[in-house]
Amino acid sequence: MALQGAPALALENITVTFAARDSNDTRYTALKDATLTVAPGEFVSVVGPTGCGKSTLLNVAVGLLEPSSGSVKVFGEPLVGLNQKAGYLFQTEALMPWRTGLDNVTAGLEFRGVSREEAVRRAEDWLARVGLAGHGHRYPHQLSGGMRRRVALAQTLILDPQIILMDEPFSALDIQTRQLMENELLELWSADRKSVLFITHDLEEAISLSDRVVVLSAGPGTHPIGEFSIDLPRPRDVAEIRLTPRFVELHTNIWHAMKDEVLKGYARTRIQ
Amino acid sequence: MQEPESSKGPWARIRPQQGNLLVWQVLMMIGFFLLWHVLAVPGILPPIYFDDASKAAFFFGEPLKVFARVWEWFYSGDIYAHLWVTLWETFLAFVIGTLSGLVIGLWLALNPVASALCDPYIKALNSMPRVILAPIFSVWFGLDIASKVALGVTLVFFVVFFNVYQGVREVSPTVLANARILGANPKQLLRYVYVPSAMSWVFASLHNSVGLAFVGAVVGEYLGSSRGVGYLILQAEGTFDINTVFAGILVLTAFALVLDLLVTLVERRLMVWQPRQGETERI
Repeated sequence: MALQGAPALALENITVTFAARDSNDTRYTALKDATLTVAPGEFVSVVGPTGCGKSTLLNVAVGLLEPSSGSVKVFGEPLVGLNQKAGYLFQTEALMPWRTGLDNVTAGLEFRGVSREEAVRRAEDWLARVGLAGHGHRYPHQLSGGMRRRVALAQTLILDPQIILMDEPFSALDIQTRQLMENELLELWSADRKSVLFITHDLEEAISLSDRVVVLSAGPGTHPIGEFSIDLPRPRDVAEIRLTPRFVELHTNIWHAMKDEVLKGYARTRIQ
Repeated sequence: MQEPESSKGPWARIRPQQGNLLVWQVLMMIGFFLLWHVLAVPGILPPIYFDDASKAAFFFGEPLKVFARVWEWFYSGDIYAHLWVTLWETFLAFVIGTLSGLVIGLWLALNPVASALCDPYIKALNSMPRVILAPIFSVWFGLDIASKVALGVTLVFFVVFFNVYQGVREVSPTVLANARILGANPKQLLRYVYVPSAMSWVFASLHNSVGLAFVGAVVGEYLGSSRGVGYLILQAEGTFDINTVFAGILVLTAFALVLDLLVTLVERRLMVWQPRQGETERI
């Protein structure tokens, strides 16, 4: 079993190099020597300029992408294949459009051989927990963007993963829905403190949700350049906490660390 | 196009629009048959093109006689056995062609090596005018329904095959990755992701493939058979009975429409998960 005191997720010296299809000369190194750990029960956010390889980092953590070098350890054990202990919330639509909301939530349980009645019972419970009781019979296209996010959240959390990886899960939502979802996420999370690795480009979102914020450098060759412990008291309300002096102070500090990288990333995208 | 206000008169109310479309469609049909009647029946118009007044009727038939023949067929019940054979051939060709297209399409789409290996042959078979296989099928499978079904299958198979192939290729990588992370094994991926995605493409081509199954049956019968609507047409043509030929075409058209309607119903029932154009049912 897991080693005592081992981090839930440890990415050690991860380098990811994509070989270009047409020639070997034009390689692209998305991540270079990136090291990042998430302790059990810790909520870590990763922020970085646009196009810096944040999603690549998550894909490595979940096992969809094998790093060119470096190691991934889950509770102290090296990761082989897909990360069985992790749930993944995608940035884009990942629900199966041909299944109803309820059937999307039950999917993971069905894959694991849970009986249909049991799966439906638990899925209905989860739909209620994400505020979608009575909407399970709808197909994804009949739900709003925010509701689809809730279904995706229930779909991931019903499997009770010990690590939750989130790739800008709320970036497509309007600001009000987004703050509601963030509060709900915090509430769900505080109920049984999973390890969370949350990717975002929104610094305010990162600070208001996390225990720790990791700042990435601009790509190529992205790696963490700063870590900030967020000592804001919990439970938090994401809308209100933004107005506190400590939040503003943290925001200023982290933004100072980020600014140069953001400008670098911006300059690079302008050249291309 | 918005009519100017001034044109409001009796015409504004009866001109073709959303509400009275069906009435106008029926009127168009009646108009067509009237025109046919006037142009073809001897003695109504002086011969314009042909030197003999009865020649137009010989070449183009007479709508009243065509209707009489259709009525006679259904009243006496002569047509049912033939219609049944044709529809049965259509059904068999459709089912066998769809199933084989589905299975082979899935298999090739999920096997890059096999797919690369077979690619030129699939393309060759698809671009070949397959109706030309009908005489060979008659030799291989005889004059009974098997040869017609075989022809229909070759037509249906490729439509379904290419759609399934496309359907598997078009599976959203995110949906696929998500299912894998949720714990789906390869078999479950097939059942929960690939097949449903492919089915949406198969249904998109359903109208097409049912139509082609019907074409396969009728053309097969026309080229050599002892039963079926295609056989009736072939027989009538042999005796220059143009009215019966048109009667057969009319019956075939009507049943093609019925088949199309059935497909639409099935599609509505099975594809509820797909957003329909202009649908705004959201919460």
